[in-house]
Amino acid sequence: MTRQQTLFDKIWESHTILEQPDGDTLLYVDRLLTQENSFHAFDNLRRDGHTVRNPGQVFNFSDHYVPTRQDGAKPDPAIAKMVDIIRADAEQYGTRLFGPDDPDRGILHVVGPEQGITQPGLIIAGADSHTSTHGALGAFGFGVGSSETAHIMATQSIWRKRPKTMRITIDGKLGYGVSAKDIILAIIGKIGAGGAVGHVIEYAGSTIAGMTVEQRMTICNMSIEAGARAGLVSPDAKTIDYVKGRPYAPSADKQDQAVAFWLALATDDGAVFDRDEALDAASVAPMASWGNSPEDVSPIDGIVPDPAAETSDFRRRKMERALDYMGLKAGMKLTEIPIDQVFIGSCTNGRIEDLRAAADVLRGRSTRIPGMVVPGSRSVKRQAEEEGLDRVFTEAGLEWHDAGCSMCVAINGDNVAKGKRCASTSNRNFEGRQGRGSRTHLVSPMMAAAAAITGHLTDVRELGEEGRS
Amino acid sequence: MKPITKVTERAVAIDQINVNTDQIFPARFLKNPRSVGYEQFLFHDLRYDESGAKREQFPLNKDAYSDAAIIVSDQNFGCGSSREGAVYALVDAGFRCLIAPSFGDIFAANCVKNGLLTVVLPADVCAELRRQITDSNGAPVSVDLPAQTIEAPSGEKYSFDIEPFAKECLTKGLDEIGITLSYGDKIDGFEKSWRTKTPWLERNA
Ligand code: SF4
Repeated sequence: MTRQQTLFDKIWESHTILEQPDGDTLLYVDRLLTQENSFHAFDNLRRDGHTVRNPGQVFNFSDHYVPTRQDGAKPDPAIAKMVDIIRADAEQYGTRLFGPDDPDRGILHVVGPEQGITQPGLIIAGADSHTSTHGALGAFGFGVGSSETAHIMATQSIWRKRPKTMRITIDGKLGYGVSAKDIILAIIGKIGAGGAVGHVIEYAGSTIAGMTVEQRMTICNMSIEAGARAGLVSPDAKTIDYVKGRPYAPSADKQDQAVAFWLALATDDGAVFDRDEALDAASVAPMASWGNSPEDVSPIDGIVPDPAAETSDFRRRKMERALDYMGLKAGMKLTEIPIDQVFIGSCTNGRIEDLRAAADVLRGRSTRIPGMVVPGSRSVKRQAEEEGLDRVFTEAGLEWHDAGCSMCVAINGDNVAKGKRCASTSNRNFEGRQGRGSRTHLVSPMMAAAAAITGHLTDVRELGEEGRS
Repeated sequence: MKPITKVTERAVAIDQINVNTDQIFPARFLKNPRSVGYEQFLFHDLRYDESGAKREQFPLNKDAYSDAAIIVSDQNFGCGSSREGAVYALVDAGFRCLIAPSFGDIFAANCVKNGLLTVVLPADVCAELRRQITDSNGAPVSVDLPAQTIEAPSGEKYSFDIEPFAKECLTKGLDEIGITLSYGDKIDGFEKSWRTKTPWLERNA
């Protein structure tokens, strides 16, 4: 009898080059995705006299630092220099660069899947912690620092200890106004920002089966915010449909062989996980964060919790500090929190379906506060413009940008001013994440659109006729 | 990388818990290539105020510590964001060894990869070391990595634990890439068979 295995077990075992007695395992890495800051990794290679083993397996992206404003303003000279360095590195080593002028450039976690670089069963390392996104296609994706980036370029491998597995089964139908973002925020709120430490999460159940691949990406993307090493979904017919025909996808003559391999990767019935959790999707309301950790979330019809009710000292102090930083009072209704601006974009919610969802709320309405919509890639941008979504946004009063990370991490010149409050579709609400002193409320694209219309956190299900002229 | 075996160097005490990587190396300097010398950004915002003036009370701004190569600090040194620039700045400034009761996980791993030794000693021992260093204005501390001991200015010795793999890398000055490349034939063999199993990844070649 063969052992019943999880998707993760199959990927791990098929990629093990060797294992040391202490458990350190040398894993083969299929794809490496880098960003501007990876110039340090190229510098390390040069310094130590190493080379790039397989340039065809390395992909470089201009995303974190690239300007997204379309006003033709010149970028900061330091940023321009970085872009030059990464271009020179890519040329020297022969790696594929999605540089500033590339028609298909964008955020590494949006472009990877979009180009078919991401495929089921692969190990994908990325120079950004949200590489877990790629798990939506059944690939094991994780973030690495500069030294590990250099290590992978030189050896096509990485040392890791085997993590534990955890399954989160999500069943039930999503209510109106509830999205994949709300599901993952609800999960992080439930298990905590450290709830999945040391584990790889596989998402399963009827809700996940019913989701599009893009929605699954939103879920896997934020696995890291629960402390997980990665997030995964077993490949199914939707996965295969998604990958088919993309630039780096298998050629037509090898498609059947690839598909058979991919489908066999799915977790076997009866496979055992180290931990099991469950969530009833029908019970999830649109969510919003109030604190400085993605676990600090409440349903939009809820209130800012009271630190005094916290029994753990550590948690109480953390909450008090968060409420102080965020300028909020315990007991306040979330819908009473005023918002100064919105950000719609990022590797969590910058794909076409996200932009369509936001546009559906905004169509024919006007916004009370400023905001920017930043597509996750230029391909998303083209598609959105073809569908007229850019006009929906600009007519409603929002800015329409070129692709990039932009205000998710606020290092390209777009940031939230000190003390200002931003309803953001990104993934981190840490102190200062969107600029020194910025206050972030994490929400879904629909919820960000609703907040833009009313100027405060708003339950998108109860928007009514607000904002229509 | 410079191997570390026995090191006797001037030490500096940073009497603070939770020294995070943003304090060690503010994110805005990450844009710079390493060749500019990352030592100039080390503890930048603790060394200089918003007008750019030196904060005289910060230990690294005192002449006595200008050639320090060992830091003794408190709990959770190097916590926060995983940026490796923090480690680069310490290495570029000539630091060889950090001593504290605990370190941020990723930070400590990055230190080994860059030839910087992190030594975990009990909180009371670290406090005593910091006191001796401050009282003597930077008396040297000795580190003996092969013997896994630290010698305080007072002459007292303390032993510490270290993972064998990290110890090997640091004492030999080996980089992890070099070690992995010694398994090159295993990687080659694996890659060959993996490519036979996954011919649709042909663009990898
Ligand atoms: S959008 Fe934000 S989280 Fe995603 S890759 Fe860019 S900076 Fe990282």
